[in-house]
Parts: sequence; C-alpha cells; structure tokens
Amino acid sequence: MSDIDQIVVETAARLFADDVTPQLRNAAEAGSWPQALWEAVADLGLPEALVPEQAGGYGLDPLVALAVVRTAARFAVPLPLAETLWANRLLAAAGLSRPSGPVTFFAPATSAPSVDPLQITRSADGWRLVGHAPRVPWGAQADVVVVADSADGPMIARVPAGRATVTAGDNLAAEPRDDLAFDLVLPADSVAPAPRLALSLQEAGAALRAIQMAGALERVLELSVRYASERVQFGRPIGKFQAVQQNLAILAGQTAAAGGAADLAAEALAEDLDPLPIAIAKARTGEAASSACAIAHQVHGAIGFTHEHELHHFTRRLWAWRDEYGNDTHWNARVGAAVTAAGADGLWPLITAA
Amino acid sequence: MTETSITFPPPPADTLSDLRAEVRDFLATALANRKPRDRARTWTGFDADFSAQMGERGWIGMTWPKRYGGHERSALERYVVLEEMLAAGAPVAAHWIADRQSGPLLLKAGTEEQRQAILPRIAAGQCFFCIGMSEPDSGSDLAAARTRATPVEGGFRVNGTKLWTTYGHKSHYMILFCRTGAADDRHGGTSQLLVDLSTPGITIRPIADLSGEHHFNEVVFEDVFLPSSAVIGALGDGWNQVMGELAFERSGPERFLSSFILLVEAVRALGQSPSVAAQAAVGRLTGQIVTLRRLSRSVAGLLQRGENPALQAALVKDQGALLEQEIPEVVRTILAVEPSLRSPVDLSNVLAHIVLAAPCFSLRGGTREILRGIIARGLGLR
Ligand SMILES: Cc1cc2nc3c(=O)[nH]c(=O)nc-3n(C[C@H](O)[C@H](O)[C@H](O)COP(=O)(O)OP(=O)(O)OC[C@H]3O[C@@H](n4cnc5c(N)ncnc54)[C@H](O)[C@@H]3O)c2cc1C
Repeated sequence: MSDIDQIVVETAARLFADDVTPQLRNAAEAGSWPQALWEAVADLGLPEALVPEQAGGYGLDPLVALAVVRTAARFAVPLPLAETLWANRLLAAAGLSRPSGPVTFFAPATSAPSVDPLQITRSADGWRLVGHAPRVPWGAQADVVVVADSADGPMIARVPAGRATVTAGDNLAAEPRDDLAFDLVLPADSVAPAPRLALSLQEAGAALRAIQMAGALERVLELSVRYASERVQFGRPIGKFQAVQQNLAILAGQTAAAGGAADLAAEALAEDLDPLPIAIAKARTGEAASSACAIAHQVHGAIGFTHEHELHHFTRRLWAWRDEYGNDTHWNARVGAAVTAAGADGLWPLITAA
Repeated sequence: MTETSITFPPPPADTLSDLRAEVRDFLATALANRKPRDRARTWTGFDADFSAQMGERGWIGMTWPKRYGGHERSALERYVVLEEMLAAGAPVAAHWIADRQSGPLLLKAGTEEQRQAILPRIAAGQCFFCIGMSEPDSGSDLAAARTRATPVEGGFRVNGTKLWTTYGHKSHYMILFCRTGAADDRHGGTSQLLVDLSTPGITIRPIADLSGEHHFNEVVFEDVFLPSSAVIGALGDGWNQVMGELAFERSGPERFLSSFILLVEAVRALGQSPSVAAQAAVGRLTGQIVTLRRLSRSVAGLLQRGENPALQAALVKDQGALLEQEIPEVVRTILAVEPSLRSPVDLSNVLAHIVLAAPCFSLRGGTREILRGIIARGLGLR
C-alpha cells in the first residue's frame, strides 16, 4: 500500500474510532439511523471508493477501498458501507446515476429457487418491476440495486428508498435485513442492461462478508489479548496461564487464516469476481468466525457475556455474517465442485492458480 | 497496550510460471513410475539418485552463491521448486535437511574451509546431513542437552547420545548441538559442531517408528575426537544459531503438504459424481490449503526482504499441522475404506501411511504446545 492509500485507511479508522461508540451502535440497533456518522463517512468520499475514475470516482486502488471495508468491520460500524461501495460500483458499471445516500443491493440466493423472482418489463412510462426480495441489508433505509429478468435479458435497476413494501427484519447483530416486495414503475433512466459484474451478486456479497469477517476477527483477537493481559486471577493476569495462551494462539491462527482468505476475496472483487477464491474466502472466514467467537467468549468470562461489554458487537456480527450469502458448506461445496471438475491430477494446478 | 495485529502482507506476485512448468515437466518424467504409496512419503522418501538429478538441475542450494556451487536464485524460486516437489510426492529426504537447514547454517556461520569443502557437494545432491539436537532427556527443552564436547589437544572429545536423528544412518554429516561450556550456563555454554559420521566412536542404531519404518536413529558418541576446525560459528554461540535456524524453517510448504497426496487420492477415488457432503469436505480442505499457501508465501516474501517473521512462521506451522492431521480424518469420513499398509488399493495404502504418520506432524520441528507458546509471546502475553 502506498502512503496515500495508507492515509485513506488511517483516516477512516480514526473517524470510526472516534465516532462509533457503543452508545451509537446500540442506538442503531434500536432502529435509529446514524445520520451524522453517515455524513462524516460520505464527506470522506467512502461511498464512491470503488467507483472507477473514468466513471467519476477518485481512482482509489480497489484494494484500498476494500481495506476500508475491513476496517469498518473492525469497529462494527453500523452502516451499509460495504453494500454502498459495491452498489455504487454496479451503478457506475451500468452507467446509471448514483444517489448521495446509502445504497444496498439484493443478491438472490443461488442455493434455493426464489419464491417470487424479480421480473422487469417495459411499460409506457418506463419499466415495471415486480417480485420479492428477501433479507436485503438496510432495505428500508437505502436505495436498492436489483437485477431482474426481462424479455431483453437481465436488467439492472435502482429503486429509490421508500418505494418498496417493507417487512422489517434483522440479523443476529440487529443489522436490518428487510424483506422487500416490488410492484412499481421505474423511470427509464434508472434501468439498464445488467453489466457482467452485476451477474455475480452472491459472489460479491460473499466476498464483502469475508472481508468484513476478517476485520471483525482482528478486533476480537485484540479485545481478547488485551483482556487476558488485564484480568487478574490467582494473583496474575489470566494470559499468563498456559491453557489461556494456547487458546489465544488458536484464535490468532484463525484470525491469520481469515485475513489471508479475505485478501483472496478482495483481489477477486477488485478484478473479475473469480468465484473460486471467493468461495474459499467465505468458507474459511466463516469457519474461523465459529472457532474464534467461542474462544473469545471463553477468555472473557462472564463480563464478555454482558450487553455492556463490546465484545458481542463483533461476535454477533460474525455469527450473522458467516451464514449470509451462503454458509461455509455452500461455498465449500462450490470449491469441491471445482476440484471434481479438475480431477485428482488437476488439484495441485488448481491450488497454485487460485 | 501493544497492537496485536499480525500482518501477512500480500505475497510476491507469482511470475515464475516458466520455472514451475520446467519442474512439472521434469517430475512428470522422473516420477512417472512412482506409486501413490511412495509419493505419500515425500520428505521421508530417501532416494540418492533422485537427489543427484535435482542437483544436476540446479535445484539444491538454489539461493546460495555460485562460488559455493549455488545458483544465486531467489528464495521465491526455491519456494516454487520445493512446493512442486512436495505436491508431486517426490522423494526429497536425502538432500532435504542439507538444503533447508544445514547448508544455510554453514553459509551463515561456517568457516570458509567448511563452506568450500561441503556446500558444493550438497548443491550437487551428493552430500547428506542429519540434525543432532534432541537427546533422551532433551526434547522441547533443547537447552537441557547433555552431550558434551570437552576441549582436548587439537580439538574436542565428544560423549553423549543423540536421539530421533532422521536419516542419521544414511547421512555423511551431522550438525551436532552440544555443551562446550559451563554446565550451569544453559544457553551460552552450547555450540554447534560439524561431525563427519565416519569418525571412529560413533554408533548409529535404528529406531523403528510405530509403523515399523526406519528413518530415525539413536546416535551414540563415545570419546569421539573432533578437530577444532569442526566448530561452526563461534564457540558458545550454539543456542543463538539454533534459534535462528528454527525461525526460518517453520513456514515452508512442507508445513502443510505432508498429507497432500492423500487428498489427491481421495479426489481420484471420489470420481466424477461425489455426494455434496463429500464435495464440501474436499472443497474445505482445498480452501484451507490455498489459504495457508498464501500465508506461507507471504512469510517467504518477508524472509526475502530480510525481516524476521517468527510469529507469522509459527502461526503457519501450527495451522499447517492441524490441516495435515485433519486430512486423514476427513477422508475416512467421506470414503468407505479400511486403511492397510499391505493393501493393493492405493487409497487404502496411502490412508494407512498418513494415519500412522500423522502424530509426528505436530511434534517434529517444535511441538504444537511449544509453537503456541511462541505465538503467545508474539502476542505479548509472555
Ligand atoms: C518423525 C520425527 C523426526 C525427528 N527428527 C529429528 C531429527 O532429525 N533431529 C533431532 O534432533 N530431533 C528430531 N526429532 C525430535 C523432535 O524435535 C522432538 O520430538 C521434539 O522436539 C519434542 O521433543 P520430545 O519428543 O522429547 O517431547 P517432549 O519435549 O518431552 O514433549 C512431550 C509433550 O510435552 C509437551 N511439552 C513439553 N514442554 C512443554 C512446555 N514447556 N509447555 C507445554 N507443553 C510442553 C510437548 O508439547 C509434548 O506434547 C524428530 C521427531 C520426530 C517425531
């Protein structure tokens, strides 16, 4: 990372460290939209961080933009930042206009057929969008980017916030995951043929969650090591006990593996969404999350089980994110399918190319 | 509080596809008739002819200066050759220790005479080494070593017993870690000596491992005379030298590929239509290898830049051993096969070998508990 890139990440980290307090997170969980925080984030230009320069962005290295996503997760920032970055990337690729507020995207699950899949048809005054989009992150609050089938092939559309019929939902961290029902007409200039990037929405979502999990895990490790150095029992810090050290070493190993896996995802997201590294990353970070959260809570004892302690802001996110956009098993099976296709003698070449 | 972030920078770009292709071509021919059961013994597979071929190709001592028979190639080029060898199950044991550990030690700390006499022969794949660290009462606690070199006219007289000496019976030299100073100076009183194993007074006795195979040994020294010129580095510097050696050797591809051939055979046995559960299990292991390989290459990049990533290396080795030991456990849950060393079926045979070898993956080169202690220190807990 160059110095300038480093500054972008550090500036974001400073903002998050100063502004994202437990009180702010709790208020967001209770349903209030942190407008001031959003404005501060927007002032840094972060929502546009993945938009290429020729499309009006800043020309930031995409890996730096994704490092900001990881950093945001390290602070459990209660905003749809990852979603906005990617949705704006898609809108830019499609040549559609981007809003100044938050934008999210809907990725239909690929594991099960949709109940009421999105359809879009030309109408006299634009395009008519119908269908059902379950569990859209911040679906009530943000504009929503969707890809819907049409007679002319897949189309991408931006639906302004407030237009869908919303059934509010959430995940374990009380991040909004709203069910949206569409039956509305969009102006012609908010719909376009879906660009190639928009055809891999589940991969993109999985890659973003993998990156976020790596960031949250880094914080879980930090909190756990710090607590183990401070908490005294039997006359010494619990981190001096070998049993605790061994667990923290495992936590560090899982965090390191998740970090490496998330880097694979970031590189794929920055380039052409190669599904194999993304599948590996989502599965590996998900597995790390399971093991790491268990250890972190064990090390923290009862205090870590309280609402007052901040550990749960990270562990609840990890427990939620590991199952979003496909769980470990889903993605492991995708990797396994690639291995089956490559065959026994193609396994090593597959590994060195990943 | 010190920040506990552990950085693994992006590994250097893999621009070595020509070298990789060259190695793959070579292996396709050289190992054409090597059966999976033999491939499963990669870094315990001893084959002097194969090592000589490697030497001819310039694939031993790759990073060493040309004046010592080396090839002045980068650590990353060496990494590519190593991982290709291991992934193909090539028998690398004969030259492995000399290439990885003993040669670099001589290069760093050896006398000019030692370097000139020995390094070119190692690089040619004709000179094999073993490591004399462990003893009956000194395993993890290496500083408890008792073997002693007592100064005598013109050199030392050595007495003591080394244990678990891998391929001691087929090696030309040992690097002996022993006491040369005051008994109560745990670290400062130790040195490393270069031992020609044909020296009188050395007895090498085989120890069979739990599967009956012979690779490690007991090596007994009885009044063995070693010349003063046998000292490697400075007298009394043994501890520091050994620690440097270990830190560098904990993150290579051998730290996560020991069971790789079993995974290959499992994929072969599963064929073209495995169950989803089997596919997910294989996919998971593959993803773990890809991830660890990335971390391991990241460490290689750090080493190439002259940094000392001891913490990262310990993390890679700990995670790698977990993976290597999990592969047989996963394979036996997704494929109905009874392991047997005498089975004519490749999968059964390879599984048998790996099940029986697996315990040592978290012992050799620093036990799991010792590694985790190093990690804890790196985290600032000790
Ligand atoms: C296949 C194989 C090949 C080998 N080849 C060689 C060789 O070529 N040359 C050579 O010198 N050595 C060799 N070794 C020896 C190897 O380095 C030792 O086995 C290793 O250092 C551990 O020592 P130990 O076996 O005496 O176990 P011990 O040190 O006695 O340990 C026994 C158990 O106690 C644990 N333990 C020990 N101390 C602590 C502590 N402070 N805290 C927590 N737990 C602890 C260990 O982790 C382990 O679980 C080889 C070993 C194997 C298995």
